[in-house]
Amino acid sequence: MGLVVHNDKIENKEEFIKVCPFGAMEVQNGDVIINSACKMCKVCVRKSKHGEVEFVEEKLPTVDKSKWSGITVYVDHENGKIHPVTLELIGKARELAKKVNQPVYCVFFGSGIEKQANELLHYGVDSVFVYDDPALRSFQNESYTAAFEDFVNRNHPCAILVGATPVGRQLAPRVAARFRTGLTADCTILDIDKNTDLIQIRPAFGGNIMAQICTPRTRPQMATVRYKVMNAPARTEETTGRVVDCKIDAEKLRTHVQVLDVKPKQKVASIENAEVLVAAGRGIKSKEDLAMVQELADLLGGELACTRPLVESGWVEARRQVGLSGRTVRPKLIITCGISGAVQFSAGMKSAETIVSINSDEKAPIFNVAHIGLVGDVYEIIPQLIKQLKQGKEA
Amino acid sequence: MDVLVCIKQVPESNKVEVDPKTGALIRDGVDSKMNPFDLYALETAFRIREKLGGTVKVISMGPPQAKEVIYEAFSMGADAGALVSDRAFGGADVLATSYTLSQAIRKVGHFDLILCGKQTIDGDTAQVGSEISEYLGIPSFANVLGIDDVQKDNITVKIDLPNAIEVSKVTLPCLLCVEKDIYQPRLPSYIKKQATKDREVPMITLKDLPDSSPDRYGLHGSPTQVQRIFPPEVNNDREIFHGTSEELSKKLMNTLVERKFVGR
Ligand SMILES: Cc1cc2nc3c(=O)[nH]c(=O)nc-3n(C[C@H](O)[C@H](O)[C@H](O)COP(=O)(O)OP(=O)(O)OC[C@H]3O[C@@H](n4cnc5c(N)ncnc54)[C@H](O)[C@@H]3O)c2cc1C
Ligand SMILES: Nc1ncnc2c1ncn2[C@@H]1O[C@H](COP(=O)(O)O)[C@@H](O)[C@H]1O
Repeated sequence: MGLVVHNDKIENKEEFIKVCPFGAMEVQNGDVIINSACKMCKVCVRKSKHGEVEFVEEKLPTVDKSKWSGITVYVDHENGKIHPVTLELIGKARELAKKVNQPVYCVFFGSGIEKQANELLHYGVDSVFVYDDPALRSFQNESYTAAFEDFVNRNHPCAILVGATPVGRQLAPRVAARFRTGLTADCTILDIDKNTDLIQIRPAFGGNIMAQICTPRTRPQMATVRYKVMNAPARTEETTGRVVDCKIDAEKLRTHVQVLDVKPKQKVASIENAEVLVAAGRGIKSKEDLAMVQELADLLGGELACTRPLVESGWVEARRQVGLSGRTVRPKLIITCGISGAVQFSAGMKSAETIVSINSDEKAPIFNVAHIGLVGDVYEIIPQLIKQLKQGKEA
Repeated sequence: MDVLVCIKQVPESNKVEVDPKTGALIRDGVDSKMNPFDLYALETAFRIREKLGGTVKVISMGPPQAKEVIYEAFSMGADAGALVSDRAFGGADVLATSYTLSQAIRKVGHFDLILCGKQTIDGDTAQVGSEISEYLGIPSFANVLGIDDVQKDNITVKIDLPNAIEVSKVTLPCLLCVEKDIYQPRLPSYIKKQATKDREVPMITLKDLPDSSPDRYGLHGSPTQVQRIFPPEVNNDREIFHGTSEELSKKLMNTLVERKFVGR
């Protein structure tokens, strides 16, 4: 299976290998070959006018998909306090489950979590599988993976959605490797095919590109999703579904870890909870100039945010970075100042209620996500806006 | 103490775009460098070696030119390295990459500690480390902020949790994914670079691995498939304004007032 190069059909080999955006084609002993830099984007196939490269599908072993049912949400929590991303994922799981006529499951590992498990029944879940055991009080990768394995082996879920929290980011890969199945990180869009294949969409290849990824041959299918990407359903008064108590051998929950100390951290203002954000990008030319962006944020009662290059240059703390490798935010208002709008940035803020963007380049991709775009110079618009805001405050 | 560090070569620039008409990927420049997050893992390994002695080895999976990052690691002080490279590894997703690396690690030898970076700047999944540890059947921690103590058979680490800092002791062997800034990475040394430029870097190919059945590697061994790529969607409910800065700032002020972000 894979890409087959028909060297006889290639006229100019040195020229042809340039179609690969990853430099994964080379000429060796007069033949074009594909090396391990290949990312299977299949651009070469699409660019093959005369069938130079062909994608040959081979029948690989697949599972019997009809035996795997249930869209499952991992219940992320800290000492029993459920992380809100869990509810957002339940919302998405319900949507997906409806399309393929499958149940919605939650799987919950913890200690003394009966009340919290029952609370989930207010959100339209069919079954909450609960592993309540003192050994599961707080997250430990080994014990949680063991419990997860037990859950999967007993229930054969079709798909598992995990919040991309620090816990989810460690637990999901271990479970995926244990079942030798696919895991797609930080999905921004999820849908499901009639054949129960999860359609997972995320920015990919490190560029301004979205990729649609699926896991056609293995089950369960696994995806992580950031907080504030999906919508939480409303809580209903009445409950539906049931809580299923699950037991697992104490032996299986043993770990190699001894927790010596847990020190609470000081709470710091987080851009994730701010209602208003003013975000600075590379259009802001120096660290000093950030003062005007900060002032605008202060006047609007908001927080300063930024793009990755500003964190990399050490101007702004990492916790203020918006985007795929920063935070996902969903404020009422975000004003982007001198930000080009790369997908990795936009993926972290495009669900904001109102997006205002100031950029001097009318072709900047940020104008594709902005609700209100101002084509102009931040160095003129921001000071003038600050002046008006101050006048407004005085009046 | 024998420490292994997983390092990856990544593109210097990430300017890859989809041509909206042809759907082709456009990329300028293919300069490469070591994944910046892996420098921190490497530095952590050196600090441990300074304290307890032993060796620091590096391993990288990639095309033949990824050898460059192994030499970069030598010029920072790594003792040995191996490149995991084979056409059969092409098109690998997270699972196949992790399995390949775990097999290569078994081939290279026994390690007390395996270190990974927080994430790569091109793949950006932060999943490979955890999957390797699962395949090796050893405990793992991500978000490691600091190392409090290392003994012959255990290590005490500081872990960054959302609302707390946890200190945990874990038995060795184990795998740690370290945070940026755990230690400031040292610069490569010219003297070391000269001294190591002819050092041999063994190439580990499919046939060298303990499990050499091709269906666990590369495209075959990758359960996820990219079905299509496309440019990001365009928001159709948008208004774009041109004009003088004065007009634009007034426009913005009015909008803020209209939408009640500014009370008058
Ligand atoms: C795997 C991966 C993950 C990533 N994760 C993130 C992430 O989480 N967050 C993130 O932000 N980036 C991330 N990036 C980087 C991202 O691809 C972009 O490089 C980055 O967002 C660009 O930042 P920028 O818009 O500030 O800078 P630029 O792209 O340089 O844009 C600057 C903009 O300012 C405008 N400008 C200049 N001067 C003025 C002026 N006087 N007035 C008005 N406008 C002006 C320019 O027209 C330009 O559009 C990631 C990249 C990769 C590969
Ligand atoms: N091809 C590779 N070769 C060696 N190490 C890798 C490779 N890919 C990922 N890693 C390691 O795994 C970490 C996380 O990568 P990722 O899951 O791609 O974000 C990196 O910081 C590296 O330490």
